[in-house]
Amino acid sequence: MSHTVPSHPQMDVQIERKFVPKQKDLGEDVNWAQINKDVLRSLEKPRPAFWIIFFSALALFSFGVYCEVYQYQTGMGVSDLNNPQVWGLYIATFIFWIGMGHSGTLLSALLHIIHADWRKPIYRYSEAMTTFTLMTAALFVLVHMGRLWQFYYVVAYPNERWVWPNFTSPLVWDATAIGTYLTSSLLFLYMGMIPDLAICRDNAKGARRALYKFLSLGWQGTDRQWGNFKVAYMTMACFLMPLAVSVHSIVSTDFAVSQNPGWHVTSFPPYFVLGALYSGCSGIITLFIVLRYVFRFEAYMTQPILNKLIKMTFAIAMVWTYLDLIEYATTWYGSDEVARQDLVYRATGDYALQFWGMIFCAMVMPFTLLIRFVRQNYVVLLIISLILNVGMWLERFQIITPTFAKSHYPWTWTAGWWPSWVQWGIVAGSFGWFTMLFMLYCKIFPSVSMYEVKEMVHEQNMHDKLHGAQAPAHQTALGAIPEMNGGKI
Amino acid sequence: MSLSNLIKNWSNFRTRRPYEGQYDDSPYKWAMVIDLDSCIGCNACTVACYAENNLPVVGKERFGKGHAMHWIRIERYWGEGETLETEFPERGAQYLPMLCQQCEAAPCEPVCPVGATHHSPDGLNTQVYNRCVGSRYCSANCPYKVRYFNWWNYPERAWPNPLELQLNPDVTVRSKGVMEKCTFCMQRLRAGMDKAKTDGRILADGEVVTACAQACPTSAITFGNLADKNSKVAKMWKTQQVDLAKNVQEKTEDGIRGYRILEDLNTYPSIVYLERLRNMAS
Repeated sequence: MSHTVPSHPQMDVQIERKFVPKQKDLGEDVNWAQINKDVLRSLEKPRPAFWIIFFSALALFSFGVYCEVYQYQTGMGVSDLNNPQVWGLYIATFIFWIGMGHSGTLLSALLHIIHADWRKPIYRYSEAMTTFTLMTAALFVLVHMGRLWQFYYVVAYPNERWVWPNFTSPLVWDATAIGTYLTSSLLFLYMGMIPDLAICRDNAKGARRALYKFLSLGWQGTDRQWGNFKVAYMTMACFLMPLAVSVHSIVSTDFAVSQNPGWHVTSFPPYFVLGALYSGCSGIITLFIVLRYVFRFEAYMTQPILNKLIKMTFAIAMVWTYLDLIEYATTWYGSDEVARQDLVYRATGDYALQFWGMIFCAMVMPFTLLIRFVRQNYVVLLIISLILNVGMWLERFQIITPTFAKSHYPWTWTAGWWPSWVQWGIVAGSFGWFTMLFMLYCKIFPSVSMYEVKEMVHEQNMHDKLHGAQAPAHQTALGAIPEMNGGKI
Repeated sequence: MSLSNLIKNWSNFRTRRPYEGQYDDSPYKWAMVIDLDSCIGCNACTVACYAENNLPVVGKERFGKGHAMHWIRIERYWGEGETLETEFPERGAQYLPMLCQQCEAAPCEPVCPVGATHHSPDGLNTQVYNRCVGSRYCSANCPYKVRYFNWWNYPERAWPNPLELQLNPDVTVRSKGVMEKCTFCMQRLRAGMDKAKTDGRILADGEVVTACAQACPTSAITFGNLADKNSKVAKMWKTQQVDLAKNVQEKTEDGIRGYRILEDLNTYPSIVYLERLRNMAS
């Protein structure tokens, strides 16, 4: 069947096209040997900033450990949690850390499945971020338990009394979901590293060589190994993607399943997942800038990649904002009077500062990402990405605290509850723990995927070779396409 | 094996509770009626509960921090501003003794990760201290906030030697990090039911009462067996036209004072409160 092209006035107009070469993700001068050299160098001598960050993190973590030991020995009372305020910062920060993890999976799994190549230089550390944030979040589950020494009761393990955990409890779903997610993302991180570990093995000496030799599982880079590797990696990516969505949905059921005002909201699962991706993306931007400086990754963590990352963050921020606003709208127009009062209390009560702080940091600040100067200035961007995450932390805080402060029963209404220094210490310690682990990881393992960056360079070069670096390829080869695209290439 | 039991009796875990005639076959269903008109706010019930159930006295500072362990508490409600005159003619507080409502569909039960809180066959919402890990989800989900957490290691602070000799030997002393709450004086009920079982009968009405009901000087608290249709409590529930298995009570007459607190949350509490009568004329 043949179609006659209908005559269209635009067809006759000669559009003057100016060929603007698309800015490439990686520079022209990056070659394979250079990639190996640069990434392996990150395992040896980072900038002094590395040690400053690492030891500050270690100090914070030590303080957190001190607080936790104090709380463990004395009793939960030192945290100043009390009868209505039973969760406080621990659960708020728990959700924060769980959320941080999700974007790593987004970059490493979802963008891998849809072949978005720009993710290649930055997915490795994002995936590591996922793993370590999950480990940090798991700490909070333990920290907030009254009887930490009995934590294994929550796990479904066979025992002679056949006593099971209570499978109707969202906390059991939590423990299961986080356990699964942590295991899979750790496996996924490790599996993706195997070819790079082999490169490290070939270039290392002494104890490190033994470590990499053990971890690289005899990788030789044969065709068969690559074939199996690709299949396994794609399978894991497909497995991990639904997990990432389900984990934070399950975390949200901790609240959505309960009947407290402000928590009993049907839209919580997608709202939480989006919030997770949002804070995770800002976290990736923060680490992008830090790693780029500390490990001298300027050639791989480039402006075009950062730009794409920022675009993604902005889109996610807007969806999150929308979901947050419809949550308020459904509460406001709903028939639950207590929930409505709770909403008003959040905005005007004792925690109004945190509420409006969240609105400002997480809803208004993303609009600064539209400014080109902000996107291109690393210092400003670092500060803004941190502000976004402060906003997301405040969001978790103001989900939990005001609801307890003004719940169904008037006698339990409390004004101005504030956590003690022990809680703040443990929260600060968690940041130290995460940063310490992450920095150690980047020092010991390649935090930029060597083999995938090589693929990227290869594809970039092949594209140039096939189509010519300067020739307006689409225009000559496929003449009709510009019209279909509205005159744009 | 218990695994096969789990698989075979899976439907039991999905039984909706409460339902009509749930306690028809069961000999006991413990319930309470609290007459707010009789309550004078003297706190005798609270004191009795402290003595009976080994509750630690936490001290002024910790009380102020919200760490009190009163299983039954007297809540005082004051009118605000203008309404003080009309709402509370005697210019006094309105008292409400609040204790665990032993809900039939208790919000605390499904959320406990380890199943430390569960429903007993005689209609009590029980707490297993040995199983509790202290996640405090039950307290978070309790609309009445009547669950109390051991924020500190009370046994070593609340009863210095020789005060530990005053402890009730029938009641566990709870360690730090577990949740606890009103048990309807489970130890008294257990002892009474065991004795009755030995005699081959069921407990007579009034044979066992809770410490709070026993101590109340104005008899504002009535405790008894709702499954026994002739018990005082069952009769009072009937007079007040409160049905255990309904979340909306239909009253056919005016002037019926019985209500259950936060009934619209579908918790189906086992305690009926009788509204306070007010002299609106003065």
